[in-house]
Amino acid sequence: MSLLSVKNLSKSYVTKKLAGKSEERKVLNNVQFELAENKILGIVGESGCGKSTLAKVLTRLEDFQSGEITLCGQNLREIPQKELTHLIQMVFQDPYQSLNPRKKAWEIIADPLIVVKNTPRLEAKKMALAMMAKVGLLPELGERYPHQFSGGQRQRIGIARALMLKPKVLILDEPVSALDVSIQAQVLNLLLDLQKEFGLSMIFISHDLSVVKHISDETLVLYFGEVVEHGPSEQVFSNPQHTYTKTLLESAP
Amino acid sequence: MLLEIEKLSVQFKTESGNLIALRDISFSLAEGEILGVVGESGSGKSVSNLALMGLLPDNALIQTKSVKFQNQNLALNSQKQLRPLRGKKIAMIFQDPMTALNPSLTVGYQLRETLQTHLELTKKEASRKAISLLERVGITSAEERLKVYPFELSGGMAQRVMIAMSISCNPKLLIADEPTTALDVTIQKQILDLLIDLQKENKMSMILVSHDLALVKKYSQRIQVMYAGEIIETGPTDQVIKHPHHPYTFGLLKARPSAHTGKSKEHLYAIPGTVPSLRARPSGCQFHPRCDRSTEVCVKINPDISASEPSFACHHPLESL
Repeated sequence: MSLLSVKNLSKSYVTKKLAGKSEERKVLNNVQFELAENKILGIVGESGCGKSTLAKVLTRLEDFQSGEITLCGQNLREIPQKELTHLIQMVFQDPYQSLNPRKKAWEIIADPLIVVKNTPRLEAKKMALAMMAKVGLLPELGERYPHQFSGGQRQRIGIARALMLKPKVLILDEPVSALDVSIQAQVLNLLLDLQKEFGLSMIFISHDLSVVKHISDETLVLYFGEVVEHGPSEQVFSNPQHTYTKTLLESAP
Repeated sequence: MLLEIEKLSVQFKTESGNLIALRDISFSLAEGEILGVVGESGSGKSVSNLALMGLLPDNALIQTKSVKFQNQNLALNSQKQLRPLRGKKIAMIFQDPMTALNPSLTVGYQLRETLQTHLELTKKEASRKAISLLERVGITSAEERLKVYPFELSGGMAQRVMIAMSISCNPKLLIADEPTTALDVTIQKQILDLLIDLQKENKMSMILVSHDLALVKKYSQRIQVMYAGEIIETGPTDQVIKHPHHPYTFGLLKARPSAHTGKSKEHLYAIPGTVPSLRARPSGCQFHPRCDRSTEVCVKINPDISASEPSFACHHPLESL
């Protein structure tokens, strides 16, 4: 059974211009896909193709105009906010901007518990420190602030925070693009381990073909808001059908 | 040799003492050669280029044994000596074209500036030359583009403008510091192919800096791997890629999945730990805290890079196969 299903999803942004004129720009056009349990779906595309908009729509950070999104058998629009946070969580691209600089690492990680589940602080802290160990951070570092961590460590904090409510689906928007090559490998390994341990499904968004090929079971190629190719990763990468996918692959060094 | 650098060191003076950003690096570059420089953030790959361009901030302390450019001694501390070279003989392309171009001046103004300074052209001549340069880098309706401001250009277009600017005086050496990191893959390929064309056409030497080994492998003849302010391995590209000797080079090669080969969902080879910060440099070999081959000698003595090829700085190198 599919965990997340997206049907005919379209979204456009309306930009206001001078003299009351407005312009409508379609960013997602008839996007369709399904995400099965325990699978990783990679989404590739170049800047401006709608990758991040899709992530925002799926986490309900932004609304969409038409189409239907079903998450765990429920209409995404109708899921109460608190329940939604238990189903879907997101890890952001820039580990420098996505953590509150004035909170300690454990507070950042424990926040979802405190805010959503009203877990007592002490208990939430205990659970946050345990989660830190799971994502490869020493629990002793829990008292530190974000600026005292390296980029890779911060991304681990972001991942730990996203896992605190034990979501079914994890959306990762360019989670390793800001990291150095040797750190990228560490984080990718961690994600694969966590996927097994927590039985997660993931949507892994990246402009980096090699990373998507490595981590995902299925790959979806977006081009100007449209799905131009979708299939098992091995097939998409070894035998691309669409000209755009071919161009992308030829361009990769 | 076009460029010969011997023992270049750079330190930054700060309130909490001097930070060593570059330690005794030596390398040379032949005419028409493309040297690929790889390393992670903080490895010093940009610092060496900025030193060469005389663009380091005032708190930088530059020490060299000797720097020769076209067999002339060059003092990297002397702006007087560097100014006539910069933009004319040595040019640089920066990573982010949107911040490297001046947002308040038109493309035409910025292109003419270099031409008028170095080639003593009149404004009209410079404009004409600027148009032909823009055409050469693949910008259509070049004449109108002279009047636009950088924000009106896409990232790829802005990078083309910067390339046009950098080749405007037919430099002997072109330094491309992460020229395509801010760009999409399809644009990346266009830009690099253009750079290689220009490099051949003008018989330039090129230093191509990137964190992406796959990219450097594809475009360079020689590779230089940097780590924590030192060159830890260097040699002809094929050899370094096929038979890396330094464990760090080996790790970098293994850590990156490929878009073309390899099995998916397997664990990648990950180098543990992180690049040491300038404030907390380890003793001995800079890589030893992250290295699975390190022994006592690595903790005590920082190995020098071997003078003859294969050139690497390691006490326990990987055997040649």
